Amino acid sequence: MSGPVGGPVGGPVSGADGPTDEHWVDPEIIRPYVVTRGRTQPAHGRFDLISMALAVGPPPGPDAGLDPEHLRILQLCREPKSVAEIAAYLDLPAGTIRVLLGDLFDRELVSAQEPQSEVDMHDMKMYRAVLDGLRSL
Amino acid sequence: MAFARSERPRLPTAIKILVAGGFGAGKTTMVGAVSETRPLRTEEVLTDRGIGVDDLTSVEAKRTTTVAMDFGRITLGNDYVLYLFGTPGQERFWFVWDELAEGSLGAVILADTRRLADCFPSIDYFERRGTPFVVAVNCFEGAQKFDLDEVRLALQLNPSVPIIMCDARKRESSREVLITLVKHSARLRAEPVGS
Repeated sequence: MSGPVGGPVGGPVSGADGPTDEHWVDPEIIRPYVVTRGRTQPAHGRFDLISMALAVGPPPGPDAGLDPEHLRILQLCREPKSVAEIAAYLDLPAGTIRVLLGDLFDRELVSAQEPQSEVDMHDMKMYRAVLDGLRSL
Repeated sequence: MAFARSERPRLPTAIKILVAGGFGAGKTTMVGAVSETRPLRTEEVLTDRGIGVDDLTSVEAKRTTTVAMDFGRITLGNDYVLYLFGTPGQERFWFVWDELAEGSLGAVILADTRRLADCFPSIDYFERRGTPFVVAVNCFEGAQKFDLDEVRLALQLNPSVPIIMCDARKRESSREVLITLVKHSARLRAEPVGS
């Protein structure tokens, strides 16, 4: 569900939609909403904090209708990066990155890989790979 | 210049390990010591609109809160990437812990012998959740060496929980802690080979 831009802080929301200007809102809080045009959920899928993203396909042209933040994500994701890393490098909250990644995923500009799940924690192969990797650090 | 598709790296699967412990126990130090980059910081903005979080019903005061988490990355070959997350210190952020603990390989609880009691909330949390964990006693420079059995007793640790000394500033030492945790988690959770 998409939410309105901003919204009152520490006060009740008046009406189902539409921001009120009764309360002062910290610009640091507003910025993530502006970047996503008020959306708080990705269009498709749910990106975990450590879902991995990788840019795929040819770089989009200037008429692709992408924002600077989208382009920065694509640049970062020339090597596989997690949602948390992208958020850290772009200095935006992880929730905002999820929305932007959803846009890129929709346009088939990134591919994504879900993290190892709780169910997969029985996989002995995974433990061996992690131990080998740590030992060779 | 565009890459040919085949030249692109393939997507590894991410695994996470949590680094918990009281304030000042050395969580970020350990993350930085063993990671391939300096510790990074990510923020989750949590509001009554729930950006990035689906359910905030357990939060008493529904207002905007920013929770910062320090983390680091270790690339393990082509197939896996390990992320180490320092857990947010404040207990009012338990719901963030839930998101972090979900699907984690396990947790390192860093203990500071000057403030052993600071570990209790972490130990309780991971025991209740059934997340495999090890206790690493961070030996600060000049800190009195403790007998690990005494620390185990003081923390009322289950005999099966590994407890080791470490120096969170040192890469080798922090790596040994991670190896201890991975072996412990494998013993508890991995299917026996050949069964």
